[in-house]
Amino acid sequence: MINLSRRKLLVSGLAATAGASGLAVAARLAQKYGLVPPDHGGIYGLGETLTYASQRLLTRHSLAREFSRSQISPRPFPNELAPLTEEFKRLQAGRFADWRLSVDGLVAEPASFSIADLKSYPSRSHITELACEEGWSYIAEWIGVPLSHVLNVVGVHPQAKYVVYTSMEPDTWDSIDMADALHPQTFLCYGMNGSELPVAHGGPLRIRLPRQIGYKNIKFITRLTVTDSLKRFGKGLGSAACEAGYAWYTGI
Amino acid sequence: MAIPGSVQLPAEICIPSAVSSAPVTKLAPRHSALVRFTHWITTICFFALLLTGIEIVISHPRFYWGETGTVLTKPLFQLPIPSSRRLVPTGYGYVLPDQNGWSRALHFEAAWIAVLTGLLYVVSGLLTGHFRKNLLPSNADFSWRALLTSFTKPLRFERPSEAEASSYNVLQRLTYLFVIFVLFPLVIWSGLAMSLGFASAFPWSVTLLGGRQSARTIHFFVSLALVLFLFVHVAMVCLAGFWNRTGAMITGRTATRKEHA
Repeated sequence: MINLSRRKLLVSGLAATAGASGLAVAARLAQKYGLVPPDHGGIYGLGETLTYASQRLLTRHSLAREFSRSQISPRPFPNELAPLTEEFKRLQAGRFADWRLSVDGLVAEPASFSIADLKSYPSRSHITELACEEGWSYIAEWIGVPLSHVLNVVGVHPQAKYVVYTSMEPDTWDSIDMADALHPQTFLCYGMNGSELPVAHGGPLRIRLPRQIGYKNIKFITRLTVTDSLKRFGKGLGSAACEAGYAWYTGI
Repeated sequence: MAIPGSVQLPAEICIPSAVSSAPVTKLAPRHSALVRFTHWITTICFFALLLTGIEIVISHPRFYWGETGTVLTKPLFQLPIPSSRRLVPTGYGYVLPDQNGWSRALHFEAAWIAVLTGLLYVVSGLLTGHFRKNLLPSNADFSWRALLTSFTKPLRFERPSEAEASSYNVLQRLTYLFVIFVLFPLVIWSGLAMSLGFASAFPWSVTLLGGRQSARTIHFFVSLALVLFLFVHVAMVCLAGFWNRTGAMITGRTATRKEHA
């Protein structure tokens, strides 16, 4: 009995040491290769990190499923909007001619774009599904300029790790890593189903990330900030949604 | 690798001398350490997944078939419960508080732990012969009579015999195999098919199920089947002697004395 328990103790001690050092090494590697999400702390950090890391390894270059024109949902459902601000109404009255998207942070030339400027760049579209974290989903054609194009225009510094995007809606901002920012299906979206992007769907400018859940696809984008760290933004969790208890990475 | 207790040794080998002299309690090995460990981790994860799953469903208690579905489309069916979202037409005059943030986080975290635990269980079960020895019905077992008896005995609230306390009957074996190799894989698959990231890497995982909303509906019904299994499982444990069987799943030993004698 004594021998057995001593051996058990030794074996489990060794296993625990190996496990702990294995975890430490894994954490270091994950940090080095950008596999740790900004909201990795707290009791759900393990799940968030496992999901983000595994999807980054699996889906860095994979494309969201695209659909045929006949599969477009006849009535796309616009989720509830907060009351529009006075400034928004003023811009809307001017048919968004004065809408500006400013781009700053770790870029060679900070710049500001009108919707017309964005429309002058090569236009791209994809027919993809917008899925809400609540469970519903619809398919629409999304028209816009790839975010990567705008980032190329301003020239992103090599140490850039994230793009923070801010809405005209109060306290609404989020961020994505460079893999998502440079992904060919990530759009600054100004059109939908062959026409202008309706205000209910985020017009005049919405970010469209077809590989992530609806709430990450923020409406009314006015500012992009390229950064190497999310610590200085809000509580440092990477998004306003995180501060309300919602995950930063929503590929799941 | 031999896992301690995974092999059904003759009872006397496992009886520590100090305990074997006890007058009423005769100890026999029942479940291996790995089976017990994975059983309770899975139990904790299951309840976390169930609670958070219900919370997530409440935000949209409507189900669809095919790729898409919103409150603007006709549902396959709608659960007669209130919702945590104002725009869902439920017929109730109130909106429940939003719990989706932590519910989603805990749902996915519990899913990760459950899947990793399940992999550990399946791999070790194959290596140690757990499935072959304890769950695969033998040819002798597999008769319609045996199957019928295993159905009718519990329905008459008959306690299982002493012999059955150390093994499973054919109905139990088939049920456990179905849960482990059909329901669990299906609930994981239909869950992953709802992940936009996963679906971008493995689009067939969604199309084979008939679309994203079909995957969600399948996920719901397989979860219901798992809850049904849980009820029957616990009812059977109660019928066989709750403390005895639960003790066996905690300590690995079953006390084969009569309970409440």
